[in-house]
Amino acid sequence: MAKVTVDGIEVEVPSGASVLQACEAAGKEIPRFCYHERLSVAGNCRMCLVEVEKAPKPVASCSYPVADGMKVFTDTPMVRNGRRGVMEFLLINHPLDCPICDQGGECDLQDQAVAYGMDKGRYTEGKRAVKDKYVGPLIKTIMNRCIHCTRCVRFAQEVAGVPELGATGRGESMEIGTYIEKALTTELSGNLIDICPVGALTSRPYAFVARPWELARTDSVDVLDALGAPITISTRGTEILRIEPREHDDINEEWLGDRSRFSGDGLRRKRLDRPWIRRDGKLVPATWREAVGHVAATLRGQRVGALAGPTAEVEGLFALRKLLEGMGSANLDCRGDGARLDASRRDFYLFNSTIAGIDQADRIVVIGSNPRVEAPVLNARIRKRWNQGGPRVGVIGPKVDLTYPSEVIGRSPQDIAGAAEFLQGAERPMVILGRGALARADGAAVLAAAWELTRAAGGLRPDWHGFNVLHQFGGQVGALDAGFRAGLDLEAMLAGGVDALWLMAADDFDVARIPAGMFVVYQGHHGDAAAARADVILPGAAYVEKDGTYVNTEGRVQRGYLAIQPPGEAKEDWRIIRATAAGLGVPLGFDSLEELRAALLAEAPLFGRIGSAPPAGCADAAGPAAGGPLSPEAFALPITNYWQAEPISRASATMAECARTYGATQKLLAAE
Amino acid sequence: MALSDKDRIFTNLYGMQPWNLDAARRRGNWDGTRALIERGRDWIVEEVKQSGLRGRGGAGFPTGMKWSFMPKQSDGRPSYLVVNSDESEPGTCKDRDILRHDPHTLIEGCLLAGVAMGAVAGYIYVRGEYYNEARVLQAAVDEAYAAGLIGRNACGSGYDFELYVHSGAGAYICGEETALIESLEGKKGMPRLKPPFPAAVGLYGCPTTVNNVETIAVVPTILRRGAAWFSGFGRPKNSGTKIFCIQGHVNKPCNVEEEMSIPLRELIERHAGGVRGGWDNLLAVIPGGSSTPMIPKSVCDDVLMDFDALREHRTGLGTAGVIVMDKSTDLIKAIARLSHFYKHESCGQCTPCREGMGWVKRVMDRMVEGRAEVAEIDVLEQVTRQIEGHTICALADGGVWPVQGLIRHFRPMMEERIAAYKASKGGSALALAAE
Repeated sequence: MAKVTVDGIEVEVPSGASVLQACEAAGKEIPRFCYHERLSVAGNCRMCLVEVEKAPKPVASCSYPVADGMKVFTDTPMVRNGRRGVMEFLLINHPLDCPICDQGGECDLQDQAVAYGMDKGRYTEGKRAVKDKYVGPLIKTIMNRCIHCTRCVRFAQEVAGVPELGATGRGESMEIGTYIEKALTTELSGNLIDICPVGALTSRPYAFVARPWELARTDSVDVLDALGAPITISTRGTEILRIEPREHDDINEEWLGDRSRFSGDGLRRKRLDRPWIRRDGKLVPATWREAVGHVAATLRGQRVGALAGPTAEVEGLFALRKLLEGMGSANLDCRGDGARLDASRRDFYLFNSTIAGIDQADRIVVIGSNPRVEAPVLNARIRKRWNQGGPRVGVIGPKVDLTYPSEVIGRSPQDIAGAAEFLQGAERPMVILGRGALARADGAAVLAAAWELTRAAGGLRPDWHGFNVLHQFGGQVGALDAGFRAGLDLEAMLAGGVDALWLMAADDFDVARIPAGMFVVYQGHHGDAAAARADVILPGAAYVEKDGTYVNTEGRVQRGYLAIQPPGEAKEDWRIIRATAAGLGVPLGFDSLEELRAALLAEAPLFGRIGSAPPAGCADAAGPAAGGPLSPEAFALPITNYWQAEPISRASATMAECARTYGATQKLLAAE
Repeated sequence: MALSDKDRIFTNLYGMQPWNLDAARRRGNWDGTRALIERGRDWIVEEVKQSGLRGRGGAGFPTGMKWSFMPKQSDGRPSYLVVNSDESEPGTCKDRDILRHDPHTLIEGCLLAGVAMGAVAGYIYVRGEYYNEARVLQAAVDEAYAAGLIGRNACGSGYDFELYVHSGAGAYICGEETALIESLEGKKGMPRLKPPFPAAVGLYGCPTTVNNVETIAVVPTILRRGAAWFSGFGRPKNSGTKIFCIQGHVNKPCNVEEEMSIPLRELIERHAGGVRGGWDNLLAVIPGGSSTPMIPKSVCDDVLMDFDALREHRTGLGTAGVIVMDKSTDLIKAIARLSHFYKHESCGQCTPCREGMGWVKRVMDRMVEGRAEVAEIDVLEQVTRQIEGHTICALADGGVWPVQGLIRHFRPMMEERIAAYKASKGGSALALAAE
């Protein structure tokens, strides 16, 4: 620890900390452009200059290490002049187009110019003009505005792991770009918008759409991948205008995948906004009363099964379970993809090491998964760990570009046991089992083998749980936790075990397998695959349109909140089920969301622990039941198109554009 | 009193004799090198300290002290010597003559300096434009290898020292030591943040010392003839001999090795045949390469050419590239040209340098015509102060000092130019506004 005096305030900071950190510890605000907590230090914007006693020149506080007894001054003429000078220099070539700039109102340059700049400029020469660059369908560039902080270059290099951005040219002629113009091949490109301190990199879909002060903001949670990143949903009126990540060190740090960020326009398209009933083979519009009445009349006395979709929220599923239990026909499944998960113990299907735990892993085996497309932010976390001189990563499955070096140590389930050699000697081994690796005939055996691999490597200890299942979507763990696995499974249901099938936003299975004549209720928000097969469509709410509880892949319970009302006549899902229950005469025991949650909590207290992940470590090393022989058939990856992986993104024009742009690249990668 | 021939270190500065090893040996190079090595690294460092040798690349940092920052015990990482021959400072061409005419002084110096800092290898970073010089140097290095003077068991001393010649790609900034290291590593030449200094984390993350060619090349002679001999030249703290590059409006431009602290006037008149049109025709001199502020004739009359004397006159010895300008010179235009150079060579990393150099250059271009307001001279001065000292490296400082020197000494000339321009456009400021 080092004692540092900042403007007379004495603070103690770890030795090796920067002067800037010391200033922050003392509560002093230091303006900065190039410095970013999660990127390497460049020290080139020179905005953070402070005065240090005995130093002849002002020092860049972001990069200067503290020394014991150092005296720092953040408000002296030297510092003020330095900041004013840097501000003046930054503005001489910065266009005065704030009135038409999308960054306006949330621009670091604007804010700091007001706080630290001069009241007028003295520069009367011509301004620099820079050609705009194309860096992908999501990022709009206005390179005149670039202040060369190189945050984007460092982000691409360090976090995204695609060293495709750089600076060409020297001095005034320096330009940020890809040299040969191309779309950045990353699933994290949207974060460039966030880290750009000016309006040089802005959101292409959001261009000229709104001003930040017109937006209403709702903090919620993302469900389009299983990470459950905290997000802020910005709305105006009935429209979602943009989705941005919030900071959470244990989940997403401050990043968000492109699908989660840019699928917002998919919430306006292909929506189910009124009930439909199939009459004479054709779906015709109906009223709620007719639709619910029809469902209640048809289901009465029938054998009913329900399938939960991958992004459904816990409350709706709980209500649906109660309904089916009340009808005495609780056939529940949540594994449309056919993943042979074992729901008997929670750590059989969780990412037990936790996302933050990746920072400690020293050897990682990925089985049947491509974390880069299944959870890009989690993959960035592994890359961060690798950057710190961390783990060797072994892959069992197809070779994919994970943005960090990885070794293919096997192709098929039969190679799992052999990975023990790879994990040998690891202090904190991690086995990451893709959900896709379980969606095959020998899935149960794969699960048992992966668990056994972890155990053999010493990864199941009271202080470390190295077994991890990586789910794909935000509702998958919640459905398991909500007990959505009882009675007949999907196979048995489709084989004729039920007369009626209730699909809760479930589009992730082959709808053609539903036998003819089976009565299908589709409750959901998008007219995707399953709605076309439905006999009754009950329009539900998407994740931004309802209050709901979700559980992420590491078992962290989080709450999402209503940001906009569901479109048209669509309703929150638990209400639809409550109405149907009334029609069927089944008492559910709740009439409001609060009562529902109280009932849920009484049954499963874990849903009350909002925000927290389950305790780390493995209490019981006994594994899931072994399930037959392992097949020699190589693993296949479940998500081949990152940009269009579920109904919301499939409805999004932005994501369609991405799929067009990147499709070719992805095919090339797959061919390798 | 001029330096006598017997005290010259660079006896083949003019290339009258071949550069090769045989000729170099006849001139006394590589004489008793093994014995010098065997006296140990501490002795070498101490001797260089005693000699008072200061870095010849411009900043004038005491060389022996710089070497003593290198780790005595390796922590597992090797140490490196890097020789900076990216001699790009306008007005400077001393290293060039060492490289092409006396390369063995440098190679022997590399070995001895390498021993002094425990370096396993040396890298000589030669300016890209010095193509022929790099070829000569490479040939000389090959000769030295073949003769067993460097490489495994260098000079039979048991010390292993590898030496590599690397050509740059033509950027002024790569003469800054950390940018040079970046460039040597194959990256874009951009100065690094300090600390950590190269002696802690340098080339490939290992302890590194970067020295100028001339600094290294004088070391063997210092060690052979003794620290006292070297420190006997010049004033205290400014000791030794130094190659001066005299150019511009002199009758016989030349490179010459002279004693430090020689009066500027004597230097010009004795070696360069005097100022064109006589001493009274002198207008100003840039004493140490383009980065140092100019001094007017009144100062030139009696100033001594060493670090401290020039600092007293708010300029510097720099690389000792003496640019002489007589009364036919358009000083404003000359400095505007330098401003253009620094704008062009700024690496673009730090805001003040990247943006400010263009600003300075554009205002200077107008000052050449006089198309400006008198008040803008003050703005220009303030802008240079805003740039100076606010950047990672010293390029920005060196880039604005010439302008500051011009304003300091020749402001009336700039004001006259502005007034003349106004007069030619009708004598009022309105004409300027109308443009």
